[in-house]
Amino acid sequence: MTALEFTVVVWGLSALAGFLGALTGLGGGVVVVPALTLALGVDIKYAIGASLVSVIATSSGAAAAYVREGFSNIRIGMFLEIATTVGAIVGAYLAGRVSTHALAIVFGLVLIHAAYTSLSRGAEGAHLVESDALAKRLRFDGDYPVDGKREKYGVRNVGAGFSLMFGAGALSGLLGIGSGAVKVLAMDRAMRMPFKVSTTTSNFMIGVTAAASAGVYLSRGYVDPRVAMPVMLGVLVGALAGTRVLVQARVRTLRIVFGVVILALAIEMIVNGILGKV
Amino acid sequence: MNDQRLETIIGGLLRTGVVLAAAIVALGGLLYLFRFHAAPVNFHTFAVGGADIRTVPGILLSAAHFNSTGLMQFGLVLLILTPVARVALAVVGFALEKDHLYTVVSLIVLVILAFSLIRAA
Repeated sequence: MTALEFTVVVWGLSALAGFLGALTGLGGGVVVVPALTLALGVDIKYAIGASLVSVIATSSGAAAAYVREGFSNIRIGMFLEIATTVGAIVGAYLAGRVSTHALAIVFGLVLIHAAYTSLSRGAEGAHLVESDALAKRLRFDGDYPVDGKREKYGVRNVGAGFSLMFGAGALSGLLGIGSGAVKVLAMDRAMRMPFKVSTTTSNFMIGVTAAASAGVYLSRGYVDPRVAMPVMLGVLVGALAGTRVLVQARVRTLRIVFGVVILALAIEMIVNGILGKV
Repeated sequence: MNDQRLETIIGGLLRTGVVLAAAIVALGGLLYLFRFHAAPVNFHTFAVGGADIRTVPGILLSAAHFNSTGLMQFGLVLLILTPVARVALAVVGFALEKDHLYTVVSLIVLVILAFSLIRAA
């Protein structure tokens, strides 16, 4: 394969990754890593470096649109990021010291359950909640655009959300992938936030979490510019398209896309865990 | 200064940073492909690269010489810095809004980020 062919193919796959990532609050790693390693035979270390670039490009590429439209909740994102970034540092420290095979398999099984409930869930419906005391003190209440109007929402179970975010960070430090999925699930299920607010806030957060690992990956040489260049440029274009779609999309459709993507991630995790590649 | 204005300004600055990073990476990419488009690529085995792609001084030097690899890597580093810039801007924004709690919260995140980036570089 020539450099040009490689660049074009990776660009195309990355555009898909960025598009899906912007819609689901995930980082695109679930597409980028297998595309690079399985389809193009790229070494896993380069793939992980490229995945990091993909996460940050998805996050920053979509971020401007989501914040301007008033979807992401910066206060919630920032507060929870304290837990995620500390978790990411702990996870990166533990990587190589802890056996991750079993962890990957367990994570995969949890995701399968989450995928099942995402795919079978009904409409967004009357789940909008009143904030609990801690959420009120932290001023997590917000509103977001629904059909041209702004609808208020509340947040609950901040403590559980915070702990789950620490786990999300540790997972991303240990396994190199998957923190976006945990973030969306924690905000959607535990904290009872509206789905589009969860995915767009996750989108903001994953970039920050990835930046915490970026220094290490860069210094180890995982980020090769010839691989990362088409990934970055492809993801940015894809993410931009994704933001346009999310604003119009029905939540039910987004939940289905999310369910399918985390199911793919689950299978990837379980297979890698069993094969000992993780 | 309110939330909406703050987020519009941050969003605009973020977008400028991303466009700048993308332009530099695209320039480096075009130079790279112009020279190497027909060259076979092999990423099967990992090999730790040189300082020109792994360390910040190395990257800056390579980019300053209009080296295609250096330019691409420089643009990638700029991209990596965009979430950091976003947190830093949030600190400033919350401070301007006199939102003390969230000035501190975002400052904590910024310090954690700086700590992990400096440790590695």
